[in-house]
Amino acid sequence: MTTGAAMGEARAASPALLRVRNLRKFFPISKGIFRRTVGHVRAVDDVSFDIQEGEALGLVGESGCGKTTTSRCILRAMTPTAGEMLYRTRDGRDVDLAPLSRRDLRPLRAEIQMIFQDPFGSLNPRMTLFDNVGEPLLVNGMRNRSERMDRVAELLRLVGLRAEFMHRFPHAVSGGQRQRIGIARALSTNPRLVVADEPVSALDVSVQAQVLNLLLELQQRLGLTFLFVAHDLSVVRHISDRVAVMYVGQIVELAPTSSLFARPRHPYTSALLKAVPVADPRVPTGDVLLKGEVPSPANPPSGCYFHPRCPFADERCRRETPPLRDIAPGHVVRCHHAERLELAGAA
Amino acid sequence: MTPAAPILSVRDLRVVFDLDEGQVRAVDGVSFDVQPGQIVGIVGESGCGKSVTMKALLQLVDEPGRLAGGSIAYRRANGTILDIASLDPRGREIRQIRGAEIALIPQEPMASFSPVHTVGDQIVEALQLHARQWRPDGGRLSRADARSIVVDLFRDVGISMPEQRVDAYSWQLSGGLRQRAMIAMALSCKPRLLIADEPTTAIDVTTQAQVLALLRELQRKYGTAIIFITHDLGVIAQMASEVVVMYLGRVMEQGPVDSIFHAARHPYTRALLRSMPSLRGTTRVALPTIAGSLPHPFNRPAGCPFNPRCEERAGPRCATHVPELREVVAGQAASCFLHHDAAEAS
Repeated sequence: MTTGAAMGEARAASPALLRVRNLRKFFPISKGIFRRTVGHVRAVDDVSFDIQEGEALGLVGESGCGKTTTSRCILRAMTPTAGEMLYRTRDGRDVDLAPLSRRDLRPLRAEIQMIFQDPFGSLNPRMTLFDNVGEPLLVNGMRNRSERMDRVAELLRLVGLRAEFMHRFPHAVSGGQRQRIGIARALSTNPRLVVADEPVSALDVSVQAQVLNLLLELQQRLGLTFLFVAHDLSVVRHISDRVAVMYVGQIVELAPTSSLFARPRHPYTSALLKAVPVADPRVPTGDVLLKGEVPSPANPPSGCYFHPRCPFADERCRRETPPLRDIAPGHVVRCHHAERLELAGAA
Repeated sequence: MTPAAPILSVRDLRVVFDLDEGQVRAVDGVSFDVQPGQIVGIVGESGCGKSVTMKALLQLVDEPGRLAGGSIAYRRANGTILDIASLDPRGREIRQIRGAEIALIPQEPMASFSPVHTVGDQIVEALQLHARQWRPDGGRLSRADARSIVVDLFRDVGISMPEQRVDAYSWQLSGGLRQRAMIAMALSCKPRLLIADEPTTAIDVTTQAQVLALLRELQRKYGTAIIFITHDLGVIAQMASEVVVMYLGRVMEQGPVDSIFHAARHPYTRALLRSMPSLRGTTRVALPTIAGSLPHPFNRPAGCPFNPRCEERAGPRCATHVPELREVVAGQAASCFLHHDAAEAS
């Protein structure tokens, strides 16, 4: 159903670093004393997208939309139920990450790294920052302690911390500094693809800006490719080249950041943008365009998953699941009526 | 500020926590007023003392914290003024006010409802305890009457199928419904003042829009005054008419919402507004930041609490003297020497 052309290739000339095709992750629901499977939570339900080398792709959506599960599948912290994840390795081979065994994944782990949401929970409190940041180096074969010391010092400077910090324990540094440590650890193995799951949502506004600036700077300096998962639309807009919007396990729209925010083509994207309260009392926002609640991915509605809440839904939307299709160059949308809708963007 | 008599007038409020490592001054001389029917937004980053201030207003500060000074003048319906700060936290008087005249919407509705009682039963209990709010003659409120009040409240706050939902447990409700049930509980005793502590932080943006619209509608309908606490400047801009900006236990600036967002005086407010990514500005460029990080509570800087991170310092006394909150233009006050000097010179 989804072809390469429909993936919104922003830079079609260069081959994509990662091509995700028809990714699915279902979790069984079991009941009774024999734990019989009575259904599935369709957490990720036919997701396809490309990430070009050097770009930042934002993945947004409300809780339960499958954005985190998608990122966990790419990291192979989970094994997908179906689909392909074609990754172009440093030496130019195309590898499908989905079926790889633990052992075959090992050499790739250094290339694909993760930045976590919670800077408090993701560092080992009983290890110094040197051990926290240096462990991936040890695992990847850097046995010499003084060599590791030098590399950790270099990494700490890279994320804007003094090298002396490495002798401290996580509790002795602030939340923003911890997040910098988490970033240093992710960069320790010279990754090419960095998956950042809500990297600034636990931080205060004044510290959030510092970490966002650091991520942008590192991306430019090191040529990193980012998959940036977040629920805060202004943060995603600020850091991403392109943005994918998810709803009940599916991508409903994917487009270059500026077009997505200026002229969304899916009613859900538009409603999401209008719901964000803008920090300006002269711009009345925070409109309630959506009634009701997000349906459960265990029991999604018929046809288009968005139809029960969509103000434009008709008989066809109730019956037929819309495919993800091209609507403008690099802009894909999952809506039967995208062409004839005049939707409002961000104020 | 309007000359009308405020429903709540907080002056020089202080809350300290006596810990083994030393004393933490969580709230360090906070003053503000709430007019009847007004929505006052209190905004600040973690550790600024906004939540502790609200707990103090209801005498709910937990050990080892304690109220260490100041007054909380609350004007009751009959016009008498009561200093909540002087009440016994376990006394009869505060228990009559808490939940009945001043109600709280907590941040985490999941943690605030008991999981072993239905949400309806928990609201019925509050109603029967504060029956006076519904039966001014002093009579008792029967269970059946209380239950029908709860069903009406649920309908009011937009919970569909209210007759069934009153018998649900909190864990059977979605995040949005649970927060609506919490709002229904807070409104159940017809409070005159509602304290909403980050009521939408734990829920999604489309649900947040629904909850904010509901609060605004209820405020219009019942004329309840609301103190709205949040770290989200967007929510403050859309909800509040008056804004109080806090940092490290002190009020940095306060004023009408339009002045705070368009003519902020305090360097902290200005820096905070600049550092936010927006839905309109240029993307993928460095955002202006506030240097450094929030100091540890044991390492409070001397002088103005913001001075080590401030880019517009007025001079060496910023590091030695604490600027008090002073009116700098009509209706707008700031704790900053920069503006004190300007106000005196003019």
